[in-house]
Amino acid sequence: MHPGIIFFLVILGSILFHIFTPWYWTDVASNWGGMDDTITLTFWIGGGVFVAVCLFMVYCVFKFSYKENRKAEYKPEDKKLEKILTWATTLGVVALLAPGLVIWNSYVNVPKNALEVDVMAWQWGWQYRLPGKDGKLGTTQVVNVNDNNPFGINLDDPYGKDDVMIQSDVLNLENNVPVKILLRSVDVLHNWYVPQFRAKMDAVPGIVTFYWFEPNKTGEFEVLCVEYCGVGHYAMRGGVIVQETQEYNKWLDEQELFSDLIAKQEKMETEKTKLVKK
Amino acid sequence: MSEDYNDNKTIHAQSSETMGGGSAGVTPDMDYVRPAEIADQDLYHGHSFITKWIFCQDAKVIGVQYFLLATFTGVVGLILSWLMRLQLGFPGAAGFVTAEHYYQFVTMHGMIMVVYFLTALFLGGFGNYLIPLMVGARDMVFPYLNMVSFWSFFVAVAVLMASFFVPGGPTGAGWTLYPPQTILEGTPGSGAGILLMCLSLILFVAGFTMGGLNYLITVLQARTRGMTLMRMPLTVWGIFTATVLAMLAFPALLVGALMMSLDKVLGTSFFMPTILKAGEVLEYGGGSPILFQHLFWFFGHPEVYIVALPAFGIISDLISVHARKNIFGYRMMVWAIVGIGALSFFVWAHHMYVSGMNPWFGFFFATTTLIIAVPTAMKVYNWILTLWRGNIRMNTVMLWCLGFIVTFVNGGITGIFLGNVSVDVPLSDTYFVVAHFHMVMGIAPLMVIMGAIYHWFPLVAGRFLSEKLGKWHFWLTFLGAYSIYFPMHYLGFIGVPRRYYEMYDSPYVTSAVGMNEFISLAAFLVGAAQFILIYNIIKTLKTGKPAGKNPWKANSLEWLTPTVPPEHGNWGDRLPVVHRWPYDFSVPGAKDDYITQTTPPSEVSNTGVEKT
Repeated sequence: MHPGIIFFLVILGSILFHIFTPWYWTDVASNWGGMDDTITLTFWIGGGVFVAVCLFMVYCVFKFSYKENRKAEYKPEDKKLEKILTWATTLGVVALLAPGLVIWNSYVNVPKNALEVDVMAWQWGWQYRLPGKDGKLGTTQVVNVNDNNPFGINLDDPYGKDDVMIQSDVLNLENNVPVKILLRSVDVLHNWYVPQFRAKMDAVPGIVTFYWFEPNKTGEFEVLCVEYCGVGHYAMRGGVIVQETQEYNKWLDEQELFSDLIAKQEKMETEKTKLVKK
Repeated sequence: MSEDYNDNKTIHAQSSETMGGGSAGVTPDMDYVRPAEIADQDLYHGHSFITKWIFCQDAKVIGVQYFLLATFTGVVGLILSWLMRLQLGFPGAAGFVTAEHYYQFVTMHGMIMVVYFLTALFLGGFGNYLIPLMVGARDMVFPYLNMVSFWSFFVAVAVLMASFFVPGGPTGAGWTLYPPQTILEGTPGSGAGILLMCLSLILFVAGFTMGGLNYLITVLQARTRGMTLMRMPLTVWGIFTATVLAMLAFPALLVGALMMSLDKVLGTSFFMPTILKAGEVLEYGGGSPILFQHLFWFFGHPEVYIVALPAFGIISDLISVHARKNIFGYRMMVWAIVGIGALSFFVWAHHMYVSGMNPWFGFFFATTTLIIAVPTAMKVYNWILTLWRGNIRMNTVMLWCLGFIVTFVNGGITGIFLGNVSVDVPLSDTYFVVAHFHMVMGIAPLMVIMGAIYHWFPLVAGRFLSEKLGKWHFWLTFLGAYSIYFPMHYLGFIGVPRRYYEMYDSPYVTSAVGMNEFISLAAFLVGAAQFILIYNIIKTLKTGKPAGKNPWKANSLEWLTPTVPPEHGNWGDRLPVVHRWPYDFSVPGAKDDYITQTTPPSEVSNTGVEKT
């Protein structure tokens, strides 16, 4: 069998695999459908180039296989052809880059009305904090973190008192409300990623990083840590539940505030002192 | 001069006039080449077994030494990949592959394959063997330093392998070694393992610098008479440019490894911010984990091209020789190599789009990254245009070349996905990335290495490798590797993250179980197929068909030595004199379909050869 046939079948097989694959992306559940569109566009342009180059190669292999009495063409350069190919490629690259940069521009510019969520990561788990009635998150410091202050909130920051603390790896979000994820880590790199939302960013100890998205499908989603963080990396999962406003508000009301925790602790302290006095 | 080819590019007897040489008044000598400017190199000739084969100063022997040691590390890397695939395809099937071990295998596989296998093989192996021969030198300019270079590499490999046997085992931090986890408990091998890794890298860089200086200065200073830069084979251009990149990029890795060691041993905080570990605040503070990533990728991205550029060069030469046609657009190819090399220093942060660096960097690095696609695409066009109207020998070497084109274009296209910042967001840290870089800088360079082995083995050993075994080797490797990495991209689309010891039962990835099993089986097969080559080599050394001189009818100097295999000093009594580029194949009017670089114009004055 001529080797060209096998190469041809490889190309054909690749195309068929792409058309009929049962393995493909999950349905997008956020505003980042544009990323999927850019991927599709890249598939058409890039895939077209791949198929064209390979088929040309296969054609050459068939047509110009070695014959004793034939001589190859002698043509070191073809300035015109090289120029055409350069400009055509540049054009293709621009066509791919432009939509990519447009989407990146909206990725780095967070809408003003986005709800800020503090996502705190450690080896190996997550917990979340939402701003209270004042709409602002209190500032934090790693050195403040202890049993009585699981988020390390600065006690002298008035914005911190009414923060909503979710000491669970599952976060509830309101459908169709943009969310600004503020990531921080107390130890190593992590990354809070929900495949259906498409978006991701590393959590880096020492700084606060961010990204945003707007969930647009209700339901439960799995959170994966996608920046290698040590031996428990693969088990560092969490969850997101996207709900309609009414259910979301119901859930929100049930959550503990930082001021509740402080009050509880003060109560315990007083009881303890009472016990000691007795 | 025949009428048909009497255009102005055709060689007229004018070379001596343009070069201003020859004695005035004498008929211009078309074969004139500038006289040598420096005396012939004095070489140290070893006589004992040790000076001839162990502490040897002959670049060819050093090349083979590099080749063998790199291959050894490659086999270790291969075995590690089998163990990983065992766990991924059949979780829990091998009880000894715990999560700790899995991450150690991932890390060591990555570092070994990129640095100790590919880099050492292309530059240390092919570079040492081919550069002096191809530019017509007797040896590298600093043979002693060259010997020390190899033995530094040897010690670096020994230190790396030793880390398998220290308490805690080798580092399991991922080949990118991102702090802070690299040096904290919670990552396997965060004690002695990571220190040995850093030490080994430092030794590698030191040894590599010695070799690299040799390659650069040999190419710049020791070319034979008539070997202008624009007459060098593209193999030499590729290795030369890659070495320039290595000289500039490796220091960043060296500094990173050194600073990380200090953070570990002395408790400095170059990369370490304030960290809470098991309820305790550690004695670090103020460092930046992202700084390490910048250092690492300032090395790491040029590193991709340190592997790719020699591969580009070699494949160009293989395609040209076996398609019996000049490489199409030689000057474009040279400038593409140099241009890609230069651009490769301005794209490193495309590995860091979602690292938490200032996201505005994304615009800059996406643009520079996609610009690189243009010269790279030009190279691909020129390879296939070289096949066009060629006279293609469908031998094993050509098969590897064709396999390279398919896998490289495939991997290059997926690179455009990942370089295009917002497309990278959903795909980064998934199996799409794993599939992409294995296709483009694992399989594609491997195709080149294999093609190069089948091509140059008759020179190195004087015998042809078996074509029959070679074809089995090729088809099993190519089809197997393609069926590992092509479908793997689609796991990435689903969102399956890389560096996961186990997926458990995430709702959207259960469908990937079957694919993971298939990929693992293919990986076992492809790995096993490599032993066909080892068998082929051993068999050929004993009973292979003798190759004789210039068996492929190539033009470049390495095939024109007085003895095959070439002896120490390469050229016997007289250095070769070069009159043309190495790509004069199928010149109209010429008797044979090739004109060697040493053929003087007067012997082919009646042909349509263009002046180069």
